[in-house]
Amino acid sequence: MAGSGTAHLRDRDDIVLRVEDLTVEFPAGRGRKVHAVSGVSFDVARGETLGIVGESGCGKSTTGKAIMRLVPVAGGTVTFDGKDITSLSSSEMRRLRPDLQMIFQDPVSSINPRRRIGDVVAEPLDIWGRREEADAVVDRVLDDVGLDPAVARTKRRHEFSGGQCQRICIARALVLDPDVIICDEPVSALDVSVQAQILNLLEDMKERYGLTLVFIAHDLAVVKNVSDRVAVMYLGKICEIASPDELYHRPSHPYTAALLSAIPLPDPTVVPDTVALPGDLPSPLDPPSGCRFRTRCPRAADRCTTEEPTVREIAPDHFVACHFPLVGEQAPPSGATPVEVGSRT
Amino acid sequence: MARRIIAAADGAHADHALLEVEDLRTHFLTPAGRVRAVDGVSFELARGRTLGIVGESGSGKTVLARSIMGLLPRSNVQRTGAIRYSGNDISDYSQAEMRSVWGPEMAMVFQDPMTSLNPVMRIGTQITESLRYHLDMSKAEANELAVSLLRSVGIPEPDKRLRDYPHQLSGGMRQRVVIAIALACGPKLLFADEPTTALDVTVQAQILNLLDTQQRERFMAMVLVTHDLGVIAGRAHDIAVMYAGRIVEKASARTLFSSMRMPYTEALLESIPKLEHRSHTRLASIPGRPPDLINPPAGCKFAPRCRYVQPRCLEEEPPLTPGVDEGHVYRCFYPVGTEAGREALARNLAEGRVPVADEVETGVVVGGPAPGADLDEGSW
Repeated sequence: MAGSGTAHLRDRDDIVLRVEDLTVEFPAGRGRKVHAVSGVSFDVARGETLGIVGESGCGKSTTGKAIMRLVPVAGGTVTFDGKDITSLSSSEMRRLRPDLQMIFQDPVSSINPRRRIGDVVAEPLDIWGRREEADAVVDRVLDDVGLDPAVARTKRRHEFSGGQCQRICIARALVLDPDVIICDEPVSALDVSVQAQILNLLEDMKERYGLTLVFIAHDLAVVKNVSDRVAVMYLGKICEIASPDELYHRPSHPYTAALLSAIPLPDPTVVPDTVALPGDLPSPLDPPSGCRFRTRCPRAADRCTTEEPTVREIAPDHFVACHFPLVGEQAPPSGATPVEVGSRT
Repeated sequence: MARRIIAAADGAHADHALLEVEDLRTHFLTPAGRVRAVDGVSFELARGRTLGIVGESGSGKTVLARSIMGLLPRSNVQRTGAIRYSGNDISDYSQAEMRSVWGPEMAMVFQDPMTSLNPVMRIGTQITESLRYHLDMSKAEANELAVSLLRSVGIPEPDKRLRDYPHQLSGGMRQRVVIAIALACGPKLLFADEPTTALDVTVQAQILNLLDTQQRERFMAMVLVTHDLGVIAGRAHDIAVMYAGRIVEKASARTLFSSMRMPYTEALLESIPKLEHRSHTRLASIPGRPPDLINPPAGCKFAPRCRYVQPRCLEEEPPLTPGVDEGHVYRCFYPVGTEAGREALARNLAEGRVPVADEVETGVVVGGPAPGADLDEGSW
C-alpha cells in the first residue's frame, strides 16, 4: 500500500478542507517514534462526505484529531477555508473551532455526567457570548436531532440510552452551525438498529445545516452508505480513494478487497470468505519498508519492499497506491508468493 | 465437589440433546422493581450444532447465556426453570458444584478480550490454571498442552507467547488467548458472548473462522451470542431471535433468512447497511427503543415499534406458533410474508398509523434506571 502522493487532490473552488502530506508522530521513548500518520493527503468539497475507513491503528482517528489540532502535527498542511491551520496559534485556532466541530466515538463518555443536557448543549453558545439566544437555539437543535427539548434539557446523561447520547453529541456539535464536522466512529458503539437511526439523522442534519462531513469508521458498509468519496487507510497511509460505488464494484487495492471480503453478509447461503486477511497490523513503531501493506498482501513482490507506491489514477476519479492493483493495466506479478506473516505484536 | 457429570460421549444419552433449557426465567430484583431480563426461554441444543442468539442490547441474550452458565450475581436474582445438561438438571447446582462443570463441560468466551484476561498474570499461567485444576496435570504437561492450544488458535511462536502478559498482544491475539483458555479443558458446550464486537472487521472474520473450525473439530455444541445478524448468518445452524427476554423467532439459519415470519427479525435485518445498496440509501431503522423490562407492555412486546401492529397485538401476547418448516417457531399474529401480515401492513399504511422512524424518539426520554417506561405509547 500505501503510499504518499497527491495525485488525487482536486483543483476546485469549492474545496473546504484540504489535507496535504499530513504527518503525525508520537514519541515512544528511547528515541523511537510511533508513525501514526505518514504523509496523508485528501480534500473535501463543500457539501461532500468523505469517508475514511481502515482497521484500528491505521491512523484514521489520529488524522481526524490532527485536523482539529487535538494532536500535534509533525508535518504537512491542513488548509481550511483557504487558510493553513497547522501554523495557527491556539487562540487563533480557538476562533476557528465554531466552524470545525467533532463528534466522538463513545457518546456516553463524551458527555459530562454531572451536567444537565440543556447546559451541555448550550455551552458552546455560552463561550461565544450568545447566552441570550441560547435557550431558543438549544431547543431548536434538540428538536432537530429528535429529542423533546422540554424533557431532555433538565436530565443528565445516565437517563439516556447510547443512541440518545449520540443525538445529544450531534446537537452539541450543531449548535454553533459549523461548516465541517469530523465524525470519529460515531456509530461503532451502537446497536445495528440504533446505528441506522443515527446514520439517517446525520444525513438529515447534513442537508438541513449544509454540512460537510469527514466520516471515520472501520465498517466499510457504514462508510459506503454515507459517503460521496471514500479513502481507505492502512498503517498511516492512504491506499485507495474513490467513490463508494466504484470502490465496492471495482476495488483495486488488495487491502480494500480484503476489507470488503471480511464484511459478514446477512445471508446464510453465502459461505463466509476464508481468504480473510492473515495476521495483524505491523507495529507503527517500525513500519515495513516500501509498501506498508506488503507483509499481509497476497500480491506482494520484491518491488514492494524497495519502492513505496505513490497514489495514481487508474480510472476517472479512482486513485490507488499500489504497484500491482487488481484493476487496471498491470497484470499480477508472476511467481509472486505472499510473504509469510508473523505477528509483530 | 459432589456430582460429576459424565457427558454423552458414548451415545448413552443419545435421546437427549446436550443442553435442554425449559422455561428459564431470570429476574433481577431492583429498587425500581422486578426486571424480567429472561422471561420464559426454552430451547435444545445437540452436540456439533451452533445456535446463534440475536437481539438488540437489553434483549436478554447475555443474561440468558450467563444464567445457563451459572454466572449470575449472588444476590437479588431469581432464576427459575430447568436447565438440563446431558440429562442432569444443573439448575440447582451450587457454585462449588458448578466448578466441576466449568471448564471440562461448559466454557465461555467473553466479549471484551481487553478486560477478560488478568493483566498481571502471564498468558501461560492463565491457560494452565484450569488444566492443573480440572485435569490434574503436572506443570510440564500443562505447559505442553498450552503450547499446542495456542498453536491451534493460530498464535505464532506459541512457546514464547506463554511468557507474555496480555498487554503485549493485540486485541485479536488476546481474543485468541481467551478462546484457548475456554477450549483448554475440552468443553462440550461453548458459549461465545459477542466474541467479535470489540474487534475489527478483518480480525472478526479470523476469529469467527477460528471458532467455526474449533467447533467442528471438537464436535462441540456452541451458542454464539451477537447483535449482528450478519455475523451469524453463515456460522450458525439455528438462530433464535430474542426480544424483551423472550425468543420471538427460532428457525434454522436458512429458513430464518428465506422465510422469516417475525416483524422484529425483518426489521433487524433491514437496519443493516448493505454494500450492494447505492450510497446515501436511507436505512430502515427500527423506531423507538426496546421496552421497559420492569413494566413490559401488555400484549406483544414488539407491538409499539411494529409496522404490522393491529389492535389485537396490544392486548394479547402471541404464543410461539409453529411455521411451515420443521423447528420454525415465531410469536406473531400477523406474520411477515403471509396474507394476514400483508393485510395488516396495508391497513396500517392506509390509516397512516405506522410508527415512523426518526420522528418517534421525540418526547422519548428514559426515566431513571427503568429504561423506556413511557416511550412507546407516544409513537402509536
